[in-house]
Amino acid sequence: MTDPKALSPLDLETPDKTFLDANELVINMGPQHPATHGVLRVILRLDGEKVMGLECVIGYLHRGVEKIGENRTYTMFNPYVDRMDYVAAVSNGLGYCEAVEKLLSVEAPPRAQYIRVILTELNRIASHQLWLGTHALDIGAITPLFYTFRDREEILKIFEKYCGARLTTHAFRIGGLQYEAYEGFEKDVKNFVSFVKPKIDEYEELLTTNRIWLERTKGVGVISGKDCIALGVTGPVLRASGVKWDIRKAQPYANYKNFEFEIPTGQNGDTYDRYIVRMVEMRQSLRIIEQAVESIPEGPIMAKVPKVMKPPVGEVYHSIEAPKGELGYFIVSDGSTQPYRVRVRPPSFVNLQALDLMCRGQLVADVIAVIGTLDIVLGEVDR
Amino acid sequence: MIAKLKREYGSGITPLTHLGQNYMEVDRSLIPELLQVLRDEEQFDYCVDITAVHYPKREKQFDVVWVLYSFPRNERIRIKTQIADGESIASSVPIWATANWLEREVFDMFGIRFDGHPDLKRILLPEGWKGHPLRKDYGILQQDNEWVQINLGIESGQ
Repeated sequence: MTDPKALSPLDLETPDKTFLDANELVINMGPQHPATHGVLRVILRLDGEKVMGLECVIGYLHRGVEKIGENRTYTMFNPYVDRMDYVAAVSNGLGYCEAVEKLLSVEAPPRAQYIRVILTELNRIASHQLWLGTHALDIGAITPLFYTFRDREEILKIFEKYCGARLTTHAFRIGGLQYEAYEGFEKDVKNFVSFVKPKIDEYEELLTTNRIWLERTKGVGVISGKDCIALGVTGPVLRASGVKWDIRKAQPYANYKNFEFEIPTGQNGDTYDRYIVRMVEMRQSLRIIEQAVESIPEGPIMAKVPKVMKPPVGEVYHSIEAPKGELGYFIVSDGSTQPYRVRVRPPSFVNLQALDLMCRGQLVADVIAVIGTLDIVLGEVDR
Repeated sequence: MIAKLKREYGSGITPLTHLGQNYMEVDRSLIPELLQVLRDEEQFDYCVDITAVHYPKREKQFDVVWVLYSFPRNERIRIKTQIADGESIASSVPIWATANWLEREVFDMFGIRFDGHPDLKRILLPEGWKGHPLRKDYGILQQDNEWVQINLGIESGQ
């Protein structure tokens, strides 16, 4: 860490006297606060408008997902993972299905892999669109919210046509897919790609050179690449701090190695860079979708998987690049139909830990911007 | 790397591979020294996850698991150690700052104490909750009724 004291726990009982002989102020934000994207409580210690430190209080949405997993069969637990990061349910499902497939030593057939990649990348765009809309709204730009929600709707329509659900999709099954792509799936995806490309330019027109946006995001919530690694921060936040790392490239899963795409990085590690990185990521996702939809092979969509799954004794850790960072599943099998232990390594939970460091020395209003830029989903933080 | 560590620590570590993933079973006494060596000398600079598994029938009931990743080597490794109920283990917060919340969660869910952790308290469950839910002997049907009655004003959590 740059400053070893930076993450020492706060002493909330005895606020220091400041130089003007006024007391430091401890205030509470949340848990019911529109800008915390869920039920997150933050205790702030302030010197005037300046944040001296903060502490997150989480767990309001804790549902015991890991305990539920131990009491369900492998197949029954599959829909539960959608409820963690509910704006990127498809990614959660992909990570879980692939982890269990690894444990069973099966691989989804190529056709299933392609459809999986298309849906996952569509979901990444949807997740980033939702992030952009709400983040901009928090900072005070209202228009992007309407734009992004309008366009995200088109992705949700594709999901609905594919599997009947819009948000918690349960799109994938262990071993492949339950549903064949519907009639006109490829056409819909191609139409969407050509529809959304100019829309992303539109979002950028609203924000990228907007003076208010620049004032509110440049130099706000800076975190260095070194600190990111020490704090385990992954995803766009890590990349915006200049570390070129994406699991899709570093340790390819599904069939990402078949596609060409770039990993965007930033230099400053501030809120603005994270915004730019996510905008480029959306375009790169479109690139992957374009390549994938052109070359979906024919063939089966489900590998040979027994109806009653009993993975051999052992354990596996599998992680994927979810829209928010590294999403890992650590599954221990004891040879029975139920996992002995399912551990979810949620990106939001670990990334949220950096909030304290990123907010120190900033103004109160910037706390909102930093919470937004971390792109957390409390369903995943609390599980 | 494995050979070097093996030479240094002898029978304290057992390197294994399962499904193409490397992991090491190590002696409890080697933590945190081994973790420090892994970060400083073997470049495992990113602590992905810390978690635990409960085996109530075993004498040493808990497995504590560290998932590590090295950016320079692009490699993952898992470190596993066994500890008994009531035993504590050295905190790895001085090695990786990210261990702070991860260890708090392990404490919350399993009741494993980490020595030298700066602020070891519950993280997901409310303070004052009784029991540690991810232990196998935790009754999910007999949750902490007392807490529910006092704080939520309802008969039971079910």
